[in-house]
Amino acid sequence: MKNLFVSFVVLMIAWLLLNWTLDPINLLIGSGLSIALSFIFCSKCELFTSINLTPKAFLYTFLYLGVFLIELIKANIDVTKRVLSPSLPINPGIVKVKTRLKSKMARLILADSITLTPGTFTLQVEGDTFYIHWINVEHTDVETATKELVSKFEKYLEVLYD
Amino acid sequence: MEWIKWLGAVMLLMGAFSLLVSAIGLLRMPDVYNRVQTGTKASTLGAIVSFIGVGLYQYENWGDGNWVGRVLVLIIFILLTNPVSSHVLMRAAYFMKVPLTKLTKTDKLKEDINNNIVKEPENE
Repeated sequence: MKNLFVSFVVLMIAWLLLNWTLDPINLLIGSGLSIALSFIFCSKCELFTSINLTPKAFLYTFLYLGVFLIELIKANIDVTKRVLSPSLPINPGIVKVKTRLKSKMARLILADSITLTPGTFTLQVEGDTFYIHWINVEHTDVETATKELVSKFEKYLEVLYD
Repeated sequence: MEWIKWLGAVMLLMGAFSLLVSAIGLLRMPDVYNRVQTGTKASTLGAIVSFIGVGLYQYENWGDGNWVGRVLVLIIFILLTNPVSSHVLMRAAYFMKVPLTKLTKTDKLKEDINNNIVKEPENE
């Protein structure tokens, strides 16, 4: 039931964004299509089982997006500096981090966020262990690297997913 | 409303600068892993800022609708698909034993493969 509801909401938002109008006829077609598609493709799927549908989670979605954008801009400036400085001050390496997140979806979002941030890159995922290629290795031990790379996203994702 | 056009132009310039820097990075970086690192720069800030810049620059056409929504959909799809494709590329490179640069400080994944904690995927 939750899966159906979330996939309906996602499809409906995509439809509204593409059409950008609130005509009644448009809404009717959109909701009909969204219901049909979520029943066809998501009647047995377990994609969104672990998602939390509370007001707090709704708020934290936007907080997460904000934090992610800020990190993205900070990392972009950092990588720009490294690329443009004549001595090419890079210090690459592959570090190991552990995450507290349990659900698959949350781990997927965490790995994607790490990959999208310039300077860090998820190379391999083994259960709760991520192997991350980092352009400027500051700490090689697991705890400090986890604190440095994962914790800033993790505390928001924990609220969003069980 | 001239300033919206200026804002769009500035954002387009920023996006172009970001793309330029990542192209320079592709040439300067020593190995494939660091090249992909700068490549993700192009797809994130470069593409997103350019899209928003185009959307703002064309503000006269906002009356037809569609602009904002389509820009948002483009950004969402870039954010969804890009990390998957670049992760697969990088992982394939790693398990094909593309060498890491000499500057590399640590390689925890190799240590764990040698200690049999992580299994290498089999060749097909």
